[in-house]
Amino acid sequence: MSTTDPRTENFPLAAESREATLAALREERGLTPTERVIASVEAYTPQEAAERTLANEMLADTRPGVRAPLLINLGPNHPSTHGVLRLIVELDGEVVKEVTPVIGYLHTGIEKQCENKTWWQGVTLVTRMDYLAPFANIKTYTMSVEKLLGIEVPGRAQWIRVLLAELNRIASHLVWLGTSGLELGAMSVFFYCYRERDELLDLFEMVSGERMNHRYFQVGGCAQDLPPGFIERLQAFIDEMPRRIDEYEALLTGNPIWKDRMKGVGVLPADDLIALGVTGPTLRAAGVPHDLRKTNPYSGYEHFQFEVPTATEGDCYARYLVRVREMRESLRIIQQVIDGLPEGPTIADDRKVVLPPREELAWSMEALIHHFKLVSEGFKVPAGEAYAPIESPRGEMGCYVVSDGGPKPHRVHMRDPSFVNLQATAPLCRGNYLADLIAIVATLDPVMGGVDR
Amino acid sequence: MSDVSAQIEMASPGAVVGEHELLGELTVEVQKERIVEACRALRDGPSQYVLLSDITCADFPDEPGRFRLAYELTSLATGARVRLRTWAGALDPEIESVTSVWPGANWMEREVYDMFGVRFNGHPDLCRILNPLDWDGHPLRRDYPIGGEEVQFSDAV
Repeated sequence: MSTTDPRTENFPLAAESREATLAALREERGLTPTERVIASVEAYTPQEAAERTLANEMLADTRPGVRAPLLINLGPNHPSTHGVLRLIVELDGEVVKEVTPVIGYLHTGIEKQCENKTWWQGVTLVTRMDYLAPFANIKTYTMSVEKLLGIEVPGRAQWIRVLLAELNRIASHLVWLGTSGLELGAMSVFFYCYRERDELLDLFEMVSGERMNHRYFQVGGCAQDLPPGFIERLQAFIDEMPRRIDEYEALLTGNPIWKDRMKGVGVLPADDLIALGVTGPTLRAAGVPHDLRKTNPYSGYEHFQFEVPTATEGDCYARYLVRVREMRESLRIIQQVIDGLPEGPTIADDRKVVLPPREELAWSMEALIHHFKLVSEGFKVPAGEAYAPIESPRGEMGCYVVSDGGPKPHRVHMRDPSFVNLQATAPLCRGNYLADLIAIVATLDPVMGGVDR
Repeated sequence: MSDVSAQIEMASPGAVVGEHELLGELTVEVQKERIVEACRALRDGPSQYVLLSDITCADFPDEPGRFRLAYELTSLATGARVRLRTWAGALDPEIESVTSVWPGANWMEREVYDMFGVRFNGHPDLCRILNPLDWDGHPLRRDYPIGGEEVQFSDAV
């Protein structure tokens, strides 16, 4: 027989929750709601489960019409939960009473690792967080470090950064559209979206040599200039893309099944979303035109003509429409970059921060010394703190850096929109059907690499 | 004194310890006991800092307050930003939770608790979030060694 004392071996909980209970006892507190719900769905061996079922059946109220809420564990490896997201759902029949997201399955300690690497090595690490928006990750990191250094990024580098950030926004929205379609049963959309996304990854590869996890933005600018032939290939993509977006819309926008699954599902008033810290397309779909590219322009976004798409309904369908229109607006910005790309250097000329040009190492002793110092010791950043937020495909992404004046960061913290937005899952899902939960999580668009960091 | 500090002082006299503007970012240091009042004053004040962008912490083992918390506030009306800063204390670090002002502070405070061990009083669900529930220690403290952690799941090999 089992016992209720967590200090004994046959306490009926798996090790993780037993430890949580013990920790709570040590700190003289009860289990928190999340700890309690995790303990309730803890994995048992089949034998233990059979024993418990028997015990529960004897306790159960079997009168007709009386039913207990059902606790279901979805994930962390559930095909419809958008990555390694674990959701513990309390159901009354088919209606969701409560959802508890459990995260951390992709936690890699990037913030801790950054403290043990030099500032320039950190660029490689932060790229890997939100793996669908690598350019956004590096951009906010480099912008924060540049702010502390007081270094000026040349105009051409700024424009290239805008170009790649917008291409990245399209690529990220394409993955979102494709996987959301897949999760809701519109399978062909997935193939169309990934076809275009692959072309984008080819373009990223041309620029940086990598399809994902690019290390292309550096502190001070970009690693190198755009390669020959890039602009022509990009122009061909830009010319073709509006027709492709029309194709997706032809498949989905008027599709009665798509509308049935999305319309009126997952609505929360804008004030509630703001109180939860939600930003990005989810907030804009609820009628708040908050876009950092417009409200706090950075990297020269004030020079570009573009609209901030919004909707008023605030449901899943509105979020879909907002994201599709954002792709079209990004295309507009990219066309303006191609037409007006200024000439000039692509990285700041500061030998204490930026690596000297490769060819100079052959004949300049100073360049060689600078190169050696930068690679071995790294550059020093003046003491202080900075936070430079940008508009990532999912909302406000910011990097809070603290420097103690040395070559390594004292603290790097990423404010990832996926992490904060995911808190809205429970309020959005309560009272909806279980099937709606899939649509709601899909249109929140959390990227677990960014959530768990 | 900036408008932001004046607003906090009006709602809670003596709450502001200091302020400085560096690199275009306004930082207001407030007393730890007054953090909730300061946050509520800025949220409901004329500049409407309604969006709590971030709560984070940095560990300074040599400082008397040790854990320095930073609250990034954003005004959706003007786009203005302000950072509130306060120290949680070296021994038994704890502070009042701001979840009563912004429900979105819930996970941010859980992350700080998980990584630094700062306790947030009045938090509805203060438990670990990114690390497993039975994790030992608080990884982002400066005295937590990198590479010293146990290898998980080694019994399954």
